[in-house]
Amino acid sequence: MAIPFSYSFRNLWTRRLTTVLTASGMALVVFVFAATLMLAAGLRKTLVETGSPDNVVVIRKASQSEVQSGVDRGQAAVIETQPEIAVGTDGRQLLAKEIVVLISLPKRGTDKPSNVVIRGVSVTSLALRPQVKLVEGHMPRPGSSEVIAGQSVAKRFKGGGIGETLRFGMRDWTVVGTFDAGTTGFSSEIWGDADQLMQAFRRPVYSSVIFRLRNRLEFPKVKERIEADPRLTVEAKRETQYYSDQSEMMATFLGIMGMTLTFIFSLGAVIGAMITMYAAVANRTAEIGTLRALGFRRRSIMIVFLLESLLLGLAGGLAGIFVSSFLQFLTISTVNWQTFSELAFSFTLTPDIIIQSLAFSLFMGLVGGVLPAFRAARMNIVEALRTS
Amino acid sequence: MTQQPCRQNIVSVQDLSKSYQRGAQTVPVLENITFEICEGEFLALMGPSGSGKSTLLNILAGIDKADSGTVTVGGVDISSLSETDLAQWRAVNVGFIFQFYNLMPVLTAYENVELPLLLTGLSRRERREHVETALAVVNLQDRMDHYPSQLSGGQQQRVAIARAVVTDPTILVADEPTGDLDRVSAEDVLGLMGRLNREFGKTIIMVTHDPRAAERAHLVRHLEKGVMSDSGR
Ligand SMILES: Nc1ncnc2c1ncn2[C@@H]1O[C@H](COP(=O)(O)OP(=O)(O)OP(=O)(O)O)[C@@H](O)[C@H]1O
Ligand SMILES: [Mg+2]
Repeated sequence: MAIPFSYSFRNLWTRRLTTVLTASGMALVVFVFAATLMLAAGLRKTLVETGSPDNVVVIRKASQSEVQSGVDRGQAAVIETQPEIAVGTDGRQLLAKEIVVLISLPKRGTDKPSNVVIRGVSVTSLALRPQVKLVEGHMPRPGSSEVIAGQSVAKRFKGGGIGETLRFGMRDWTVVGTFDAGTTGFSSEIWGDADQLMQAFRRPVYSSVIFRLRNRLEFPKVKERIEADPRLTVEAKRETQYYSDQSEMMATFLGIMGMTLTFIFSLGAVIGAMITMYAAVANRTAEIGTLRALGFRRRSIMIVFLLESLLLGLAGGLAGIFVSSFLQFLTISTVNWQTFSELAFSFTLTPDIIIQSLAFSLFMGLVGGVLPAFRAARMNIVEALRTS
Repeated sequence: MTQQPCRQNIVSVQDLSKSYQRGAQTVPVLENITFEICEGEFLALMGPSGSGKSTLLNILAGIDKADSGTVTVGGVDISSLSETDLAQWRAVNVGFIFQFYNLMPVLTAYENVELPLLLTGLSRRERREHVETALAVVNLQDRMDHYPSQLSGGQQQRVAIARAVVTDPTILVADEPTGDLDRVSAEDVLGLMGRLNREFGKTIIMVTHDPRAAERAHLVRHLEKGVMSDSGR
């Protein structure tokens, strides 16, 4: 049997100040680590939830987003003939020809302009997005200069509230409604009548055609047919895929930045843990000699100090995760790099992130503790005992 | 005190030599030492500082190695054991009593005494019985939940003695067991060691500078310049 666990635990408790300081260093690193993952997870969640697996987005080939895409009326008409498109209860096809324009509007409070997505929609657009709900007012009437704003826009942009007026495309637009799109990217959009917006922005083509599938399993078939049609120069993506592709670049960037920061910080924390553990080994040299004399093996001594160091890491990890969990109450707005529009999302703590953070903190503990534990295990008994 | 006849040798040392390297110089510490210790003996090892008493004791206890010669304890030639086997052997055969008690400060008296039993296959219940018996022998049953810092030096040394005897080892080795104690506590500890020897038949090898401590032993041997002289009383 090994040296009891309580021996390691109580030694940490006995030198609580050092323990707390060392664990705090690790907690800071775990905080940065977890925050990065939470940011990427939040971003991904927001963008992926924006899409629905039943919907297909058709955009011009090689245009990564709706903003850069153009689908002319002729092409849109061809797409409308696809048999896999679902039909709504009113007998109309669940298909919307939309236009997406990026404009700059002043924010509330600061007057600083920021990019917003303006989406020209058709009557079916709302039906295609069950995650979007009108919470106040009414939909823009076709042929009018009326718009509705996502809650995030209403809150953060000047003139975005219901009854207020926004100016863009050389016109004044009255906000006649607010919609709730949960945590999806639609929250950061303004919707108006597609034809009115095409006139205002002098754009003769749609940005995208979105339709609901009768059956989601038919996607490969319709994709192949659309992409092979010689009259069309478009690509079809599942809506979920379309939005997750958009989050990719941002998530990758955040990941690289976060991991670089984490790596630099973790060097400090690991060195901190190592210094603490070396000091612990030096202070307890006589104890180590005694344990060895009593018959405990080198391995047992090694385990004692590794355990201490792992406990330090665990404490740091738990503290770091605890603190980072408060980030969930924060909403971040950032530029969506693919569309250059504002995107609001929150840090999201997932079970995976908790596990990864704990594993990372234990790893730091292990790395910091391994050399000191080795020194402890290698000590000569007689020399160790002489230090008492 | 009457000298019992020697029934059996428990320790047998043959031609033991040990030297240390100090720079380019070889400093001999023990030179061709040969002697025996009887089972049930209470031996005091005396001699001037630096004469090699601790070195000899450490070799007998299996925590140091001789350069040459053989050391047999309880019929086992410990000079030929591997490090792992030696650790196992110590756990079963040697009880240590140190000058500075060497208790684990974060463990209670009970847990300190239990420590060597963790190396045996005893169940928790059996360990409890052994620990309680050992603490009763040193008369500290009522202090078993105390930490070393809550005990006097004499009490700490008694806990250390309980830890040394709890596995019922073949030999007890003590290096200056009273070196850090006041007169009264020292008497107390020596009395206890005498009792362990008389009532429980423990073989004790004690290194000491203290003539009062040596008086308690049956036999005093002197070590001087690496050579052992016999001076039985
Ligand atoms: N690791 C070592 N390296 C070099 N010399 C050593 C080492 N350990 C012990 N010695 C030397 O060996 C000799 C014997 O040491 P030892 O500790 O056995 O003496 P001692 O009789 O116990 O002395 P004391 O009564 O002071 O405790 C001393 O001269 C000491 O300096
Ligand atoms: Mg000595």
